[in-house]
Amino acid sequence: MAEPVIRVVGLGKSYATAAGLFPALKGVDLEVRPGEYIAIMGPSGSGKSTFMNLLGCLDTPSIGDYYLAGENVAHMAKDALAILRNRTLGFVFQGFNLLPRMSLQDNVALPLVYAGADKESRRAAARELLDKVGLGKYAESLPNRISGGQQQRVAIARALVNKPRLILADEPTGNLDSHTSEEIMRLFGELNAEGITIVLVTHEPDIAAHAKRQVKFLDGQIVSDHLTGQAA
Amino acid sequence: MLKAMLSEAWLAMGANRLRTALTMLGMVIGVGAVVIMMAIGQGAQYAVQQTISTMGSNLFIVLSGSFTTAGVRSGSAGAPTLNVADGAAIAELDGVSNVAPTHQGTRQLVYGSQNWSSQVIGTTPEYLDARAWNIVNGAGFGDSDVRSATRVALIGKTVAQNLFGDDDPVGKTMRIQQNPFMVIGVLGSKGQNLDGRDQDDTVIIPLSTAQRKVFGTPFLGSVRMIMVQADSAENMPRVMESVTSLLRQRHRLREGMPDDFFMRNLSAAAESEAETTRTMSILLGAIASISLLVGGIGIMNIMLVSVTERTREIGIRMAIGARQKDILTQFLLEAVMISFAGCLLGLLLGLAIALGINAFTGMVVVISGSAALVAFAVAATVGIFFGWYPARKAAQLDPIEALRYQ
Repeated sequence: MAEPVIRVVGLGKSYATAAGLFPALKGVDLEVRPGEYIAIMGPSGSGKSTFMNLLGCLDTPSIGDYYLAGENVAHMAKDALAILRNRTLGFVFQGFNLLPRMSLQDNVALPLVYAGADKESRRAAARELLDKVGLGKYAESLPNRISGGQQQRVAIARALVNKPRLILADEPTGNLDSHTSEEIMRLFGELNAEGITIVLVTHEPDIAAHAKRQVKFLDGQIVSDHLTGQAA
Repeated sequence: MLKAMLSEAWLAMGANRLRTALTMLGMVIGVGAVVIMMAIGQGAQYAVQQTISTMGSNLFIVLSGSFTTAGVRSGSAGAPTLNVADGAAIAELDGVSNVAPTHQGTRQLVYGSQNWSSQVIGTTPEYLDARAWNIVNGAGFGDSDVRSATRVALIGKTVAQNLFGDDDPVGKTMRIQQNPFMVIGVLGSKGQNLDGRDQDDTVIIPLSTAQRKVFGTPFLGSVRMIMVQADSAENMPRVMESVTSLLRQRHRLREGMPDDFFMRNLSAAAESEAETTRTMSILLGAIASISLLVGGIGIMNIMLVSVTERTREIGIRMAIGARQKDILTQFLLEAVMISFAGCLLGLLLGLAIALGINAFTGMVVVISGSAALVAFAVAATVGIFFGWYPARKAAQLDPIEALRYQ
């Protein structure tokens, strides 16, 4: 079996509050193998967002270890984490999070700027991915010229531009109507079929149903972990 | 990468044009003020330096003493206490480079149908050396002219214009007090002295001729004034002291008797004038730099607002892999670009106004490359200094908090 993309061992995170330490995540174990498509579910306050921030290397755990592509990143410095986010991970957010002043092409190419790629290869890669998500003809437009569903497609193109090992999507359809949500989920399905590993956070069961595996969180712990009907 | 960041900084500046322009205006005014003030200050210094250099350097004069007749005191140079031999003795002293006994007064000059009143100086050839005065047309007179009291004259530019008009004065004969004098040379222009007197309105003739034909003397060989030039500014006090003791000895003045001559340090007065303008120019620069400082604070203010406004953008950039260094560079670059652009505009504005002042008021302005360089260096420093804190604040944002910011 292939080496897991993610291996989490006894991962915990506590926050200091006025009432003392609050444990948001209480010793979670999880493995994600290449090509998996996982939906992380749970009500708000269940710890799934905290878990997602840790998986995304935006935060460091209080205890436990996190192996990303075989490397323990639990106690890395901020800049090393930034490089990991840049090279290994792709983010898709609920609010799309495109930079409003930049053309779609520049938005998609932005991770490559921080990776130090030259202008020509940035342009070529951004074009290729915009074509892939069907928005090549809007490459020079600004984000506010296109619809929310289209913006999310651009955000997915941006997440893919550095050829990451893993796509992390945080409520990617939360701001979209059901029809557009279906389109986005279809795109995720296609990407997964190409072999891209996807971890998706959602609280909507019908969105989660697109994934091959569902992991449910409650009170900072995993309460269920099972394959869905999508798993072939 | 830097190129991409520069173009991003450019975009960010363009996103809020009015705000960027107003921020820049602070720098424009600051740098413009510094450039104008430095131009005026250095101009004033230059003008004074120029005047001082026409006077000659390290000069002092010895004037013959006063006398008292029936309670009426004559004022300096009233009594004939100095003579040509005193001058010759002073010339023997260490540290003295030139000695020129002079006798001067105002006389009417006549040439053809023209006449003109001018200052006539009777002196020796050393006078021209001491005052660093050159001859632009013709030649000077020598020691033999002084010995034989020839009637030759050197005239200043103003005299040449008023008396001879467009004619070449050299070789022409003019009259001073009925006596014919041949003009043998025209002096180079020196302009005004510190008192505002026209130094070119002058006729220089041999000392002996002046004494015998023009002014007359109470005693043969007596002079009213001796101009002495020391070989360096450091030697001035020592030379003045040794001249004092030499003259007291020569005039047989006993201990306790007052000097029968006066001494004036010409260079000291000029130096203090130069010092005054230097102080003024520093003061002007200091006042102008305050506006530069205010401009810098304006940049910091706007950058802080910008960081807060763009918190979410910073979060997004961090999520997709921007390191702290990248965010820091981005905001610093914006601050420096605003400050550089402001500096460039300020420089141009300052130059234009300085040249305008020169054109409309005739005030001397000096625009030096070093002043422009200093302004640029200061602007870059201001940009980095005042851009640093907001940029660091941006770089140290927590990515999760920043992404959540609405």
